[in-house]
Amino acid sequence: MSPQALLESRKKVRRSDERYVWFAAMGLTIGLVMVAGLLIVVTANGLEVFWPKDVVEIRVAPERPDGTPGMLLGELTKQQEKKVRTLSGSNREWQVYTANKDAFGHSFVYVDQDRVLGKRSPMEALVVERMEYGDAIGYPVSIRAKDGATLEVSSPGFAAALAVRIREAAALRRQIRQIEKGRIGAINAKMDGLRLREKKLTARPDDPPALAGVRERVSALQARYEALAAEARRLRGRIDEDRLVLRLADGKERVIPFGQVVDAYHPNALSPAAKTARFVRALWFFLVEEPREANTEGGIFPAIFGTFVMTMLMSLAVMPFGVLAAIYLREYAKQGVFVRAVRIAVNNLAGVPSIVFGVFGLGFFVYFVGGSVDSLFFADRLPTPTIGTGGILWASLTLALMTVPVVIVATEEALAAVSRGVREGSLACGASKWQTIQRVVLPASAPGILTGLILAMARGAGEVAPLMLVGVVKLAPTLPLDGSFPFIHLERKFMHLGFHIYDLGFQSPDSEAAKPMVFATTLLLIILVVILNLSAIIIRERLRRKYATGAF
Amino acid sequence: METEEKQKDLKLKTMPAPESGHQSARHESRGDFNEKFIQVRAFNFYYDKTQVLHNIELNIKERHVTALIGPSGCGKSTLLRTFNRMNDLIPQVRMEGRILIRDNDIFSPDTDVIELRRRVGMVFQKSNPFPKTIFDNVAYGLRVLGVKDRQLVSGIVEQSLRGAALWDEVKDNLDKSALQLSGGQQQRLCIARALAVGPEVILMDEPCSALDPIATGRIEELIYELKKRYTIIIVTHNMQQAARVSDETGFMYLGKLIEVGPTNKIFTKPDDPMTESYITGRFG
Repeated sequence: MSPQALLESRKKVRRSDERYVWFAAMGLTIGLVMVAGLLIVVTANGLEVFWPKDVVEIRVAPERPDGTPGMLLGELTKQQEKKVRTLSGSNREWQVYTANKDAFGHSFVYVDQDRVLGKRSPMEALVVERMEYGDAIGYPVSIRAKDGATLEVSSPGFAAALAVRIREAAALRRQIRQIEKGRIGAINAKMDGLRLREKKLTARPDDPPALAGVRERVSALQARYEALAAEARRLRGRIDEDRLVLRLADGKERVIPFGQVVDAYHPNALSPAAKTARFVRALWFFLVEEPREANTEGGIFPAIFGTFVMTMLMSLAVMPFGVLAAIYLREYAKQGVFVRAVRIAVNNLAGVPSIVFGVFGLGFFVYFVGGSVDSLFFADRLPTPTIGTGGILWASLTLALMTVPVVIVATEEALAAVSRGVREGSLACGASKWQTIQRVVLPASAPGILTGLILAMARGAGEVAPLMLVGVVKLAPTLPLDGSFPFIHLERKFMHLGFHIYDLGFQSPDSEAAKPMVFATTLLLIILVVILNLSAIIIRERLRRKYATGAF
Repeated sequence: METEEKQKDLKLKTMPAPESGHQSARHESRGDFNEKFIQVRAFNFYYDKTQVLHNIELNIKERHVTALIGPSGCGKSTLLRTFNRMNDLIPQVRMEGRILIRDNDIFSPDTDVIELRRRVGMVFQKSNPFPKTIFDNVAYGLRVLGVKDRQLVSGIVEQSLRGAALWDEVKDNLDKSALQLSGGQQQRLCIARALAVGPEVILMDEPCSALDPIATGRIEELIYELKKRYTIIIVTHNMQQAARVSDETGFMYLGKLIEVGPTNKIFTKPDDPMTESYITGRFG
């Protein structure tokens, strides 16, 4: 072929190659756009929850032409096409969050856009966050003290007095909490133990002094309990002495004891800086507080903590077993039919639906192992199960079982990637096989093993279905890790972010109110998984630089 | 107890620093030595169904350098790896015959393979330092034996690095990663690592094949020094190297030991015509 013809044909080939480059780029772009879209939607919806929104007062045309116009006070949450269309009119409706669920029976109202007569943003509107029944939105009227003295909103010290009372109420609530959860909780735990001993001693009535001693201690504890309970009652009384009087949109007044008030602010009077400050505070409380109002209000700290502890326990369980199993399969077992069958079984295990693991965990860990431990060691507490019921230990072990195949496969690959030369060098120095593995092969394959751990953690932290059977609850009264001995309570039930999202989305009594929390919790779950993965990746990078071998 | 004995054993092997300057390869034997330090008797080696070594009969002299030469695939590396039983790692391997070191059969059931590998060290064709520091590489064998005394370990590491002619180049960088050394330095590091556990025999499987001529020269100088204290068996493709470095040479072809004798004789007046063809470059 002539040189010119050769060049032409080569050019043609190059051009068609570039077509395929576009395909590859398109594939990557689609993937990136989907991930970015997901993150943007979740982040926008999730963060929007915490930004303090303006409150509007809407005048609505009356039902009957001679009636008075209705007033609505609340946040304008949605403007959308009506679900049921009418023949005339704009067919648009507004959704207004009027709060005050205890007063109105509902917190959201839909209003025809056509019927809206006017809208304004009153500076005096007050949003009150409460312990129960969600927010209250209204116009402040006065603060009423126990003795009947009132401080009107028009007086100059009203705002300061409001702030002071809210702070005091928060402090009192903390104190009550400390008494109830902390000290009374400790006494209860001790009493439990003593009651058990009493039961045991009454069964063998041959040691009257011991029995009497136990009974004495029980009554002493009982007395202390009464004293503490009385103190708590007194504090509760004090906290409700002062009340806030609020006028709602329909003109009726509502009295809110300060014990119920978490916070109060004028949303329309906030400067952008103040709004930002509130935003950050709201985010912070979301992370560190406990949930209220059937998980639709408050924070999700127990769920974060539970997810974190469970993931840690799961990793602790899966690493040794997975790595040791992989070492045996790759280094020690004779490579024959049996080993191949084991490998196939392990790989298939990775594809089993997670709910199946949940059922297995329930049957084996909870009922069989837990039940046996109960009848062996905690027989006196039966029929109340101690460990023969769902708990964080069984949940972690179930998930560890689910993620073990991932660790085994990744570890095997990493071990195989360590060059033969280095192994032979070690053996030639007079090391035994196990010493070679321990001192040379394992450190060199650490990056790959960590990759397996990353994958396992990511998979485990996100699974919800198996957890529902083995220990996750909607609301857990205590954390699995706390200050009381033995500090880590493996038998306790716990809360989990993934389950929290499911519960909020599908089992909530008020789905509109729960929606913002769903997004916020989803965002947090994504962030948590990203943090876990990033830390493991950083550790892996450091190890890779240190050992400078292999393809991982 | 055993560790203490080992530690004493290691202390006895103090090595002087290598002298500079070239030494003639045809150095006559020094003092008393065992003509039959290592004996190979009627040795056959099978890999699965294929016979790789046929009826090898060989004596290795103590504190001499014995070179094994021959074309690719003739079985020299296989024979070399048998001396420290590295072939045990390969499944489906079958061996007949005996190999004796100091009159002890290395295949007898009460031979401790780990101890054998300490006494018979090996340097590989492609240097294989561990991804650890230079110090940890050389100290590896000692630590694996259980030697914990830090002073003893430091001392032996220095000795071994001097013995491998590497000390001056790395003495300020013992905590650097071994993988950052050059090819020639890495190979000397592997030699130091082998020396650290106090072997009697050093096996070298084409130690210079991946190195440039200058590095090769330095390793060859090292071998001149090492043979004062160690028995060395070296497999090499490079006939000139064999001629420079070794006292005894064995020529192998297709798994058979064709001829073995003093290097002088093999390279000037070999008995077997095949040896002559190989030496003169007519094949292989």
